[in-house]
Amino acid sequence: MTVLCVVLIFHSAHGTITYWFGGWHPRNGIAIGISFSVEPLGAGIAALIGALMTAALVQSIDYFEEEVPPHFFVLMLVFLASMIGFALSSDLFNMFVFFELMSTAAFGLTGYRIEHRSVLQGAINFAVVNGIGAFLLLAGIALLYGRTGALNLAQIGQVLSRHGADGLVIVAFGLIVVGLLTKAGAVPFHFWLSDAYAVAPAPVCVLFAGVMSDLGLHAVGRVYWVAFSGVLGNGHADAVRGVLIGVGLLTALVGALMAFVQAGLKRMLAFIVISHVGIFLTAIGLLTARGLAGATVYVVADGLVKGALFCAVGHLARRVGHTDELIAHGRGRSLPLTGTVVALGALGLAILPPFGTFVAYSLVERGAGGLGYHWLPPLLAIATAVTGASVLRAAARIFLGLGPAEDDLLVAAPRGEEADEGMRAAPRRGFLLWGPAVALLVAGLGLGFAPGIAAHAVQHAERFVDRPAVARETLHGAPPAPLPHVHEQIGAAGYAYGAGSAILAVALAWIGLYRRRIPEAFRRAAGATAGPAVQRLKLLHDGVVGEYVTWLTAGAAAITGLLALLTR
Amino acid sequence: MSFLPYALAAWLFFVGLYGIVTSRHLVHLVVCLGVMQSSTYVLLLAIGYRTGKKAPIFTSGVPTKVGAVDPVVQALTLTDVVVSVVASALILALVIEIWKRSGKLCRCSAPPCSAQPAISCPHGSTTSSRLRSRQP
Repeated sequence: MTVLCVVLIFHSAHGTITYWFGGWHPRNGIAIGISFSVEPLGAGIAALIGALMTAALVQSIDYFEEEVPPHFFVLMLVFLASMIGFALSSDLFNMFVFFELMSTAAFGLTGYRIEHRSVLQGAINFAVVNGIGAFLLLAGIALLYGRTGALNLAQIGQVLSRHGADGLVIVAFGLIVVGLLTKAGAVPFHFWLSDAYAVAPAPVCVLFAGVMSDLGLHAVGRVYWVAFSGVLGNGHADAVRGVLIGVGLLTALVGALMAFVQAGLKRMLAFIVISHVGIFLTAIGLLTARGLAGATVYVVADGLVKGALFCAVGHLARRVGHTDELIAHGRGRSLPLTGTVVALGALGLAILPPFGTFVAYSLVERGAGGLGYHWLPPLLAIATAVTGASVLRAAARIFLGLGPAEDDLLVAAPRGEEADEGMRAAPRRGFLLWGPAVALLVAGLGLGFAPGIAAHAVQHAERFVDRPAVARETLHGAPPAPLPHVHEQIGAAGYAYGAGSAILAVALAWIGLYRRRIPEAFRRAAGATAGPAVQRLKLLHDGVVGEYVTWLTAGAAAITGLLALLTR
Repeated sequence: MSFLPYALAAWLFFVGLYGIVTSRHLVHLVVCLGVMQSSTYVLLLAIGYRTGKKAPIFTSGVPTKVGAVDPVVQALTLTDVVVSVVASALILALVIEIWKRSGKLCRCSAPPCSAQPAISCPHGSTTSSRLRSRQP
C-alpha cells in the first residue's frame, strides 16, 4: 500500500489523476458520478498513512501479550482504507462517509483493551464528540448541497463562484470547518483527543497521532481551496485567515503548555499532537500556496516523527511496564536505543535543523513572512520548543535517571490509564518492537535531505490553489496547468528559529528537571503568574463528556459567528 | 416550501445537544446522540423536497411529467442512517462493557483524568472494585 501511494505521488506529479467510479464521467462540466482526485499533496498524505500502518502492524505482532485476534487486523485495515479514501476523495459526501467509517474503526480500536473503565470512558468520549462533529459536518454539506445542487468539490466551487458570499454559504463553511476541526482536535474541540490517545494501544496511537488528526486539517485545506476559494477568496480571505490562524495559535500554545505538565508519556504525546495540529492549522490558515506546501511537508515529516515516538513508547511500555516518567524514573537505562530514538524524536519535534520538520517549518516561516506576519514564526517556534522540551525531560528521567523522581507540577497518569500496566515486563526478542520506531524516525528526519522537496511541494501547491484551473481539469478534462518555476532557499532567519527552538527545548527540559536549583524568588514569581491559569486548564480536562460537548458547541458558535461577523 | 422542517431539524439538534450536555446516564446519552442525528435526516430530506412532486420512482405507467423530489438527498439520508446505526451499536457495546465491569451506568465514578472529579461520587470507588473482583 505504501509503495502504491508513493507511486501515486510521482504519477500525479504530471497532472491530477481523477478516477470516476463506475465510469460516470462528467458531462458538460456537471459531475454526476463520484470521484477520487489524486494530486501529489494528497498522495503524500496517503503514503504517510501507508508507512505508519506498516510500522503499526509490524509492531502489533510483538506488542500484545496474547495472540492478536483477527478482528484487530480487520479493524486496522478498515481504518487504513477509510483514511486513504478520505485523503483522496473529491466528493464531499463521500468524505463524510469515510470520516464516519474512520471514526468508527478508530473508536473500536481505542476501546480495544476493555479491561479498564478509563479505556471505555475514553472511547465513549471519542465517539460522542466525533459523532457530534460529524453531524455538524453533514449539516454543512446538506446546506451546501441545497445551495449548489452538487457534491463534487470542484463543481461546488464552480457554482459558488458565480454568486456572492451570503449567510448560508458562510454558515455552511463554518459548520464544515468545525466538523473537520473536531476530528483534528483543535482547541476547543480537543478534549476527547487526550482521553482517547492516552488509552489506545501504542501501535494504534502511531496511526492516530501520526496521521488521523492531520487528515482533518488536510481536508480543511482541500475544502477551502477547491470549493470555497472562489467565493470567499476575494474580499473575505482576511476574515477566514484571521479565524483559522487565531484558532491555530491558541491550539498550538494550549497544547504545548498542557504537554509540558503531563507525566504520562502517552498523554503528553497526545497534547503534542494537539499542539502541532495548531501549527499545521496556522500554516494552512495563511491561505497561501507556500503555507499549504509547508503544512503538507510538516504533516508528513512530523507524522513520521510522532509515529516513531509512539512506537518507542510502545517498546518502553512492553519492556518496563510503565510509561509514566515519574514511576518509570531511571528504569529505561537498559534500553539505550529506544532512549536515543525518543531524544532524537524530541529534537525533531523542536525543529532542529536540518531535519525534515525544520525544512517544513522554514516553508511556513517564509509563507508567514510573505504576508507580513513576522510575529507568527516566533510564536510557533515557542510551541515547538515547549513540545520538544516535554519529551526531552521525560526521556532524561526515564532513560538516564536524571532529576528528582517526584514533581508536584506534573499531572500523573491516572490508574488504568497506562493501558499496559498489567503487562509483565517480559524480555522478548524485541526487534519488531523497536525496529519500526527506528525506521520511522530515520524516514521523518531524513525527509529534510530529500533534494528539492520544499520546491516541489510549493510547485504543486501553487497548482493546487489555482481553483479555476483545477475545476477545468476535473470537470472538463482540460490539460493541467504547467508547473510554475519555484526556487526555494532556506534563509538565515529560518535557521535562527530552528536552532533557537532546539536550544530553548533543551533549556526548558533542564528547567523541568532541576526546577529546585532556580532561585526561590524566580520560582515564586513564575508560580504566582502562571499557576492559577495552568491549574484551571488542568481542571478543564476532566473527562466529563457533557462538558466537552458544551465546549464544542461554544467553539462552533464562536467560529461560525466570527466568520459571519467578519465577512459582513 | 414551509420553514417547518428546518425548524424541526434545528429543534431536534438542540434538544439532542441539551440532552447530551446534561446527561448523567450512558444509555440516555446514546439516545440523545440518536435524536441529534435525526435532525440531519430531516434537514437533508427538507432540502430535497419539492411541493407537489412525486416520489422519485420511475417505472412504466407512472407519468414522469409531474417531476419528482430530489433522489440524491434520499440516498444520502439512507447512507446517514446506516452510518448512525453502526456508531450507536458500537457505543452501546462499549456501554454494556462498562455496565459489566462496574455494574452501573450513571456518570458518577472517577473520570479518567487525574484532575479533581467534577461530580462527586455517592457510591464511592469501592463498589466498582468489589464488583470487578467478582468478575472472572
